[in-house]
Amino acid sequence: MADSSTPHGTYKFDGAMATLGYNLNRMCFTFNEAAGREAFLQDEAAYCDKFGLNEVQKEAILKRDIITLLRNGGSIYYLAKFAGVLGLNVQDLGGIMTGQTTAEFQAYLDSQKVGKPNG
Amino acid sequence: MAKMIGMIGTSHIPAIGRAVDQGLENTPYWVDFFAGYKPMREFLQAQKPDIAVLFYNDHGLSMFLDKKPTFAIGAAAQYENADEGWGINPIPALTGETELSWHIINHLIENDFDPTVCQEIKVDHGATVPMSVLWPNHSYQRIKVIPVAINCERHPMPKPSRSYAFGKAIGDAIRSWNSEEKVVVLGTGGLSHQLDGERAGYLNTDFDRMCMDQLVTDPEALCQYTNDDLTRIAGAQGVELAMWLAARGCFSGPVKEVERRLVAPISNTAAGLQLLLPA
Repeated sequence: MADSSTPHGTYKFDGAMATLGYNLNRMCFTFNEAAGREAFLQDEAAYCDKFGLNEVQKEAILKRDIITLLRNGGSIYYLAKFAGVLGLNVQDLGGIMTGQTTAEFQAYLDSQKVGKPNG
Repeated sequence: MAKMIGMIGTSHIPAIGRAVDQGLENTPYWVDFFAGYKPMREFLQAQKPDIAVLFYNDHGLSMFLDKKPTFAIGAAAQYENADEGWGINPIPALTGETELSWHIINHLIENDFDPTVCQEIKVDHGATVPMSVLWPNHSYQRIKVIPVAINCERHPMPKPSRSYAFGKAIGDAIRSWNSEEKVVVLGTGGLSHQLDGERAGYLNTDFDRMCMDQLVTDPEALCQYTNDDLTRIAGAQGVELAMWLAARGCFSGPVKEVERRLVAPISNTAAGLQLLLPA
């Protein structure tokens, strides 16, 4: 029988998660446009309310708690746009989610280095 | 009969686009990665394909969860792009090839694939980064592009075997198109990586090497994996192998490998690069 288990530290974004996170992801989807980014930054809590985020999601947005957002239906594609609004890149995001500094997260990536004799 | 000249498998991560924009190709971090593109660019300059069929996945620019296609194909005269919220520089629009798009769409539906057809769609970095890096300085403007999107975001997503079969049907369609045009197929994304969760940063370059071996000799062996397998073995975004499988599926017979490179880490990924020609 096929192994459908999800590895530790992985949040499978399936139908149930997409349902739970729909409003959260819909809000972050608006960050594709400058108007959405500006409106969010002007009043983050009000912007969360406008899209109907639940209290857990809203608090996690305000606290930049990415793991809680993943556990509550956030899709990494839209959370990456949220990170972009905050001026964070995917290494910063990796550090936040793994409880490390960006430099420590980068060092973990570098520990898996292949094909980079010059870098 | 349109002629399929070869397949290029390539990463499509945004950091590559930024490195190109900022002229970082020869810096220590990037030099080994970009060195791999030299033979790819030479191949494209020598062969001068007329059309690129480009398999990518949309990362939430145009295909939001409200109406998310499982498979989608462009049928537009032009494809714009955008900054995607985190500031990638937009590039000049890609030119479409509607006649071949519709030929492929008709063939797919006759052969039991039912993609979403997009007559107006913005393409994201999944499509623009490969075009920028393979045709530097926006020199892709004489190439006509047909973007083909596979859902790699929300489960359920197509099984690897299905993406391969989808590519096979597209290859049959291209070969049956009455034209002298030369077509290159681009499989983009991957290879192993995981962006999300406490497991972020996970790579599996041994598995990536095996996948690149099998893409040459026995792609159907890769069709045995489920997306759950790929998540476990290659990371949550390792499912992007779908686009490489679809591209490989376009070639019915044996292929020969001309170039290969695997460089990690590039941003949070293991970046594969492979040039396969019909044998």
